Amino acid sequence: MSEEKIKDLENQFEERIARDDKIEPKDWMPEKYRKTHIRQISQHAHSEIVGMLPEGNWITRAPSLRRKVALLAKVQDEGGHGLYLYSAAETLGISRDEMIEQLHSGKAKYSSIFNYPSVTWADIGAIGWLVDGAAIINQVALCGTSFGPYARAMVRICKEESFHQRQGYEIMLTLANGTPEQKAMAQDALNRWWWPSLMMFGPRDEDSPNTALSMKWKLKRKTNDELRQQFIDQTVPQAELIDLKVPDPDLKWNEERGHYDFGPIDWDEFWQVVKGHGPCNRERMEARRSAWENGAWVREAAMAHADKKAKKSLNKAS
Amino acid sequence: MKKNWPLWEVFVRSKNGLEHRHFGSLHAADAEMALENARDVYTRRNEGVSIWVVESKYITASNPENNPEMFEPAKDKVYRHPTFYDLPDEIKHM
Amino acid sequence: MKENLYQYILEIADNCLILGQRLGELCGHGPNLETDIACTNISLDLLGQVRSYYQYAAQVMEDGRTEDDIAFMRMEREYRNTLLVEQPNTDFAFIISRQFMFDLYHYLFLKELQHSRDLSLSAIASKSIKEVSYHLRFSSDWMKRLGDGTEESQRRMQAAINTLWPYFEELFEISDAGKALIKEGIAVDTKGLKKDYLNSAREYLQEANLIMPEVEHFMKGGKSGVHSEHMGYILADLQYMQRAYPNMNW
Repeated sequence: MSEEKIKDLENQFEERIARDDKIEPKDWMPEKYRKTHIRQISQHAHSEIVGMLPEGNWITRAPSLRRKVALLAKVQDEGGHGLYLYSAAETLGISRDEMIEQLHSGKAKYSSIFNYPSVTWADIGAIGWLVDGAAIINQVALCGTSFGPYARAMVRICKEESFHQRQGYEIMLTLANGTPEQKAMAQDALNRWWWPSLMMFGPRDEDSPNTALSMKWKLKRKTNDELRQQFIDQTVPQAELIDLKVPDPDLKWNEERGHYDFGPIDWDEFWQVVKGHGPCNRERMEARRSAWENGAWVREAAMAHADKKAKKSLNKAS
Repeated sequence: MKKNWPLWEVFVRSKNGLEHRHFGSLHAADAEMALENARDVYTRRNEGVSIWVVESKYITASNPENNPEMFEPAKDKVYRHPTFYDLPDEIKHM
Repeated sequence: MKENLYQYILEIADNCLILGQRLGELCGHGPNLETDIACTNISLDLLGQVRSYYQYAAQVMEDGRTEDDIAFMRMEREYRNTLLVEQPNTDFAFIISRQFMFDLYHYLFLKELQHSRDLSLSAIASKSIKEVSYHLRFSSDWMKRLGDGTEESQRRMQAAINTLWPYFEELFEISDAGKALIKEGIAVDTKGLKKDYLNSAREYLQEANLIMPEVEHFMKGGKSGVHSEHMGYILADLQYMQRAYPNMNW
């Protein structure tokens, strides 16, 4: 294709996105659009799958049967969401196995939040309330993204996730209304998960070079800082309602801005965890790799069986 | 030689009286497994009463590059639509 | 009578609880996403059944205990599950074989329990049997895939079946509580089911290219509360919160 022709297609493409047309997998798209989407969607899928681990850690120890089934269903949903997202990425011409390969080799990233350990039952509450709360803010914005399969996956995911955050907040509420020991457990979890949750929205806008492009393609509808502010504004009153203290001495309502002011985020910690030095990076990858490797013979056997069956029915037919 | 589970497309009828609708896709080694996986993945919340699965490679899709010749000719065939025809006002329903 | 009924409910429900717990360990670690999700669905079904049974048991005893007290606050010797369901998730061949052996029993058992003169039990059975029919379909399909898949999968499956087969007979053992309730038309007389089980199992195994092992000695003990060494660890997880923080609401 001539350069001129490509330029022309690119212009048409940008116009389509500008007027809120959806892009479907077989449509022409700039290579950069395809690559960026494969990267972001697969990263999102990996986050769901790795995200099963810190919560899965408490399935066998959940304190009541009601909590156990709710947690099990929630962790399973995350597996389902990973599946929807891998499927969306697959429409762009990459296989799920390739994406998993990239995760295991360290080439692909996943949300850093899942490299923190879930050490008490209250962490399950905090993860549902804060981590899912932050994720929902991101995901609701993505329901209107330009790439059709991604947008559709997000709509389904948002619908299913509506119980996740409530599940988490209900756990926190119960703990906060419980014994002093339980309340301390809840406060401790909030202390540990608050700052990493704020980091989930990514670096500050001035340190986020891809934001402009992502906004143009509607991979982002709001900037990192805007979403972070939205999360803080909505979460602080929820903490107050159950009498837990957000661990930020600088947190203060700013009448003029109509938002909460908050203290500095430790970006060094963020980058350390991204680089692989979080408390659980190694464990998470080991768990994923070993599940995949231990399952290799199972996947292979199922395929071999299917081939045998197909041959048999072919023989019968001839 | 490693062979991956192929991709399948899943269609679900939400309730009798409605058509099957494309719900998404998944991987399975064979058709039975695809049905079972579809049931486990896509109808966890009571979303369906009937499932179709078809291996993705068997779907033939139109190419968007041909959209002008495929779909635009139908745009100006206004006489296929009821509003094309003028009737006296006395005729309320037709 | 009350005590017998309570014990009998535990015998049924504890199998579901411990197997549900074992499958819960797998969540997030399955051989691929689809299979992971499917196994979790089975776990959720079993735990749902457990809740119905324990709620009923609590109602029978009227001693102020809740479903959770019954699930979490007993001593090891008071759990009535069979040894089969405590066996570990050694590999996916063990998981599927254990599931298949239990599902086939569970299906035959519930089919009869539907006719129990105890209306609560028959109602739970009628609801559960739909779930369990699907479990059996799932596990028996996987038996075929893995038994008649590759050389490696066949070898692993036969090894799993060989190890687990000595545990099947305990499923049919009838406790004293069971005996008393059979007379009342409440409990299922499992003696009559064993033949059906063996016939069906033989067919399934044959189709899966697997051999039903010759077993000289069958393992039992779980139903009378004498468990394998695995059980203590299962309960350590299961009961951790309730033991570490007693008398709290969660």
